Formats: sequence, structure tokens, C-alpha cells
Amino acid sequence: MDESNTRKTLLAALWIAGLLFAAILTWLLISSWGMDWRAAVAIALPMSALAQGIAGAARYTCRGNPLGRTQPWRIVLTHLVAGVVLSYLWVGAGWMLAGWMDAMLSTNANYKLFLGLQTHLYGVGFSYYLLGVAFHYMLFAQKASQEAQERALESSVRAREAELTALKAQINPHFLYNSLNSISALTSIDPARAREMCVALADFLRLTLGMGEKAVIPLRDELGLLERYCAIEKVRFGERLTLQEEVGEETRDCLLPPLLLQPLFENAVVHGIAQMAEGGWIRLQAARNGDRLSLTVENSWDPEAGSSRKNGVGLKNVQRRLEARYGKAAQLQASAEEHVFRVNLQFPAETEKAS
Amino acid sequence: MSGPAKKWKALIVDDEELARKLLREMLSGHPEIEIAAECGNGMEAVKAAAEHKPDLLFLDVQMPKLTGFDVLELIEREGVAVIFVTAYDQYAMKAFDVHAVDYLLKPFSRERFEAALDRAKSAKPGKDVDAAKLAAAARPAGQFAERIVVKDGTKVSLIPVAKLDYAEALDDYVSLACEGKKHLKQQTISGLEMALDPALFVRIHRSYVVNLERVARIEPYGKDSKVAILTNGVKLPVSRTGFTRLKKLLDEKG
Repeated sequence: MDESNTRKTLLAALWIAGLLFAAILTWLLISSWGMDWRAAVAIALPMSALAQGIAGAARYTCRGNPLGRTQPWRIVLTHLVAGVVLSYLWVGAGWMLAGWMDAMLSTNANYKLFLGLQTHLYGVGFSYYLLGVAFHYMLFAQKASQEAQERALESSVRAREAELTALKAQINPHFLYNSLNSISALTSIDPARAREMCVALADFLRLTLGMGEKAVIPLRDELGLLERYCAIEKVRFGERLTLQEEVGEETRDCLLPPLLLQPLFENAVVHGIAQMAEGGWIRLQAARNGDRLSLTVENSWDPEAGSSRKNGVGLKNVQRRLEARYGKAAQLQASAEEHVFRVNLQFPAETEKAS
Repeated sequence: MSGPAKKWKALIVDDEELARKLLREMLSGHPEIEIAAECGNGMEAVKAAAEHKPDLLFLDVQMPKLTGFDVLELIEREGVAVIFVTAYDQYAMKAFDVHAVDYLLKPFSRERFEAALDRAKSAKPGKDVDAAKLAAAARPAGQFAERIVVKDGTKVSLIPVAKLDYAEALDDYVSLACEGKKHLKQQTISGLEMALDPALFVRIHRSYVVNLERVARIEPYGKDSKVAILTNGVKLPVSRTGFTRLKKLLDEKG
């Protein structure tokens, strides 16, 4: 809708400019240079139409020499040459018209008059061409900024989408049903622990849903969520799951997109711990190196277990979310050594402004 | 029931201790069922099944090393009623439905448990189920086995599919040739074929499936039959339809 409106305004402006030009030219021919009014109209109208063509031709020379991406001397030279050539052709057309008019009226007054005027007319034609150049450069600039706006909008929509998919993937049905089954078992074996697990699960769900609305959270909040997650998984896996944390104090205030580490922990559990009969470990390291935050999630894994079925989905999501927020300033590296799977994230360390 | 009540021997297989405890608790109201063993992983389950010869098997699907499907492939299924127990796996559930295998979804109610138990006692579906076909059906479309489980005596080994040279049908068994050795497995060759990626393995003959990468060349043999010669020199017969399949795959690979 916006676009068609601008189009209409533009068209109107062009018509007005054309008519104004015709009126001024006619008036000049009659009053300043004393041309017969019929001859003046007959010459001015077609010449005005041609002048519009000259201004229109500027569209091609402007497109071929976009501002900011062309050497200045080339822009000046192109438009100088084009202006001179076009105004020369334009005046030439005027001559022919005047000559033709004279032949019709069997006189040579108009032609003579025209000869006298030609220097002025070169100026007029050249100026009109320059006007066209200015007009088209403006038009291109406006279009470019509009496109840039659309691109920005599109990329923000995409980032939002990536976020939503990531959030939807968080609450893995497997995790949920297995946890509920553990609670079901505990109700008769150990009611107090059943209640604890209910609370841990409720906390985890509440935190997950609450965090989704925020763009970033401090690392300490993510750690709180991971603690709940691991508490639940520890009920399921018991001795089979050990956890190690090496989190630098200075990193706890650093900001990160919510639920960035949780999928990595879930991967570690599903593809690492759950595949090892004798159990395994997960280690989280967080360190700040100057203005970069480095987070590493490692877990033991059994290369022979061959569970690559869902591998990658969680990792890809984490990568997408990092990219959406930090662009090229973020890095994700995943490596599988013989018995250790490691994911390292690095991105700019930001903290909340002192409040 | 009349006459002396028959004692049922049950095996509980789940890698989560709480899940095993839950099943044990639910079975505690059934004096006719004796829990022969609890197993925390598939390897233990295969061993325990050989040792105890259970009548009833509660089998978790997702376990370390061997899945519930693998266990089913490896045990003597004659006379065993199997109830799969799983948290959530849309593909597995669909496969169970298709193959009429009973299953419990975690968490389950006592009613649901009793119903499954009743059905298991009246029918013993274990024998009729082709475990490999069940496992293949439980895989998402486009996913194939990454390894094959075989049992040599009491030893269970996992063969990565890339190491398999070819497989030969021998009555109720398939012989799997890999690294110069042959492993016997109770399985139909079509069941095996179904589990393998059709872009890597091809059925060249009624009795043979071959790893495409091992095929060195194909030579005519007799009037209108052919043989495939593998990189290790082994010669395998190629049927006419087998040759069409093989040629198509080789052409695709360029």
C-alpha cells in the first residue's frame, strides 16, 4: 500500500514538473525572446516532452554509477558527458522543429531566433538533465533504505523464530515422561522424595517457561535451571550421573540467551550418560577472558554406543540462537575425542548495566 | 484356573533403578509371578534370559549399548511373552501397534499394567514377531541400523555395518561375513535387508546381501548368470533381478 502511494506521488510530481517546464519555456520564448505565440507553443510542447526524456535517461546513467560505490571522478565525468550529449541532441531537435515551423509559415524568423537562443537552451537542457540525476539518486537512496529496513525486519523475525523453535525443543517429552515415571515409582517407595521431585520438576518447568520471554539472562539464572535439571536426572540415573562445575565467580553476572546451556546438558545426558551402563560425568566450565565469555560442556561418552540419531538438532539450535544474538562474534565448537564429547561456546561477555 | 497354578518366571529389564522398582511393586500383588532377575542393561538381559528362560519379559526400549529391540533379537523367543516399557517414542509406538506387540507407556496406571499382564498371559506374541522387522519399523523413515548385534555362544558383539562384507541366508539364520570371520545370527535375510541402508547394501541374490563398497567387479558366469567378485576375492552369485539392482546403484554412484 505504501509503495503504490509513493508511486502515485512520484508520477504526479513528474507531471507537474513537465507541465511547469513547458509553461516556463513557452513564456520565455514569447516574452523574453519575442517568438510568435503559436510557434512558441508548437516548439515548447514537444521540447518539454523531450526534456522529460532527458531527465528519464538519467535513470540509466545513475543506475550504472551508484553513489558511494563509484569513483567520484567517474560520476562527474559520466554525467558531464551524458548531459552535454543529451542537451546537444535536445537543442538539435529544437532547431529542426523551428526550421519545420518556418517552412510551414514560409519565414525564417523562428530559426534565426532559435540560433540566437541556443546557448541558453544548452544550459536549460543540461540543468534539466542534472535535475533528473538528483531525482534518481534520491529515488535509489530511498529504495535502498526501504530494502535495508525490510531486511532488518526479516532477520529479527528469523531470530525470533529460531528462539521459539529452541524453546519448544527444550521440554523434551522423553525427559518429562521419564521424570513422571520416577515420581510414580517414588510415591510408594519414598513419598518424601516423590514430593521433592515434583517440586524440582515444577521449578524446572516454571523457570523454563519464564525464561523464554527474556532476551538474555545472567549466567547465575541459567545455572539455577541446570541445577534443577540435574537434580531431576540424578533421581533417574542415581549413581550413574556425576556432575562437576568450574564456574568462575566473575562469569556469574555475564549475560547469555536463556536456555543456551540446557540443551547441551540434555544432549550430554541422552547421548552420553544414558548410553553408558556404568554411568558417566558432565562437566561445566565457565571462564571470562577479557571481553569474551567461554562456556564449555563436556561429558563422557561411549563412541561404540552409536547413538547419533538425534545428535545435532540441539546443537544446531544453540548455534542458531548464538548467531541470532551475536552474529559473527560468537563461536561454537563441538569435538568428539575418544571418550569425551566437548562443546565450547565463546561470545562477547556482557553484564547488566550497574543498577 | 484349575489344577496346580503354574509359576511364571519374569525378567525386568530397565536401566533406571526406580523404573525397575516400580515394576517389582506392581508385580508384588501377583504371587503366580516370580521375578527371576532384574537387569540394568541389555547385555545382562541377554545373559539372564539364557540362564533363567523366562516366560515373561518387561523390556525397556532405550538402554545403553543394547536397546530393547536388540535384546529381543538376541534371545530365544520361543514361549516368551514380551511387554515393552517405554517413555515416549512415536516411532516405537507405531511399530508396536503394527506388530501387535504389547507395551506400557511410562508412567502407567495399575489398571493399564494389569491389562497388559492379562493379555501377555493369554497370548505369547514373542515367537511370531520378527524382532529385526520390529526394530526396522521403529526407526524413523530414512534411518537405518548403524550396527548389528550378534551372539556367539554367550558373547554378544556389535558389528558396525560398515565392517560387514556380505550376508548369506542359511535356513533360519544369516551368516554375517566381516573381517574374515563369520557370525551366525537367527534372522531372516529380508529382515536384515530391511535394517540396512539401501544405498549401501544391496540384495544381489535370494540368499545374499552385499556391502556395495566391497564389490570389486561383476563377471559373467555361465550362460545367463553373473558373479560379483569382492575386494577380498570372495565370489558371490548374482541373480538377474539382483544384477539390475546392483547396476542401478553402481550407476547412481557413478
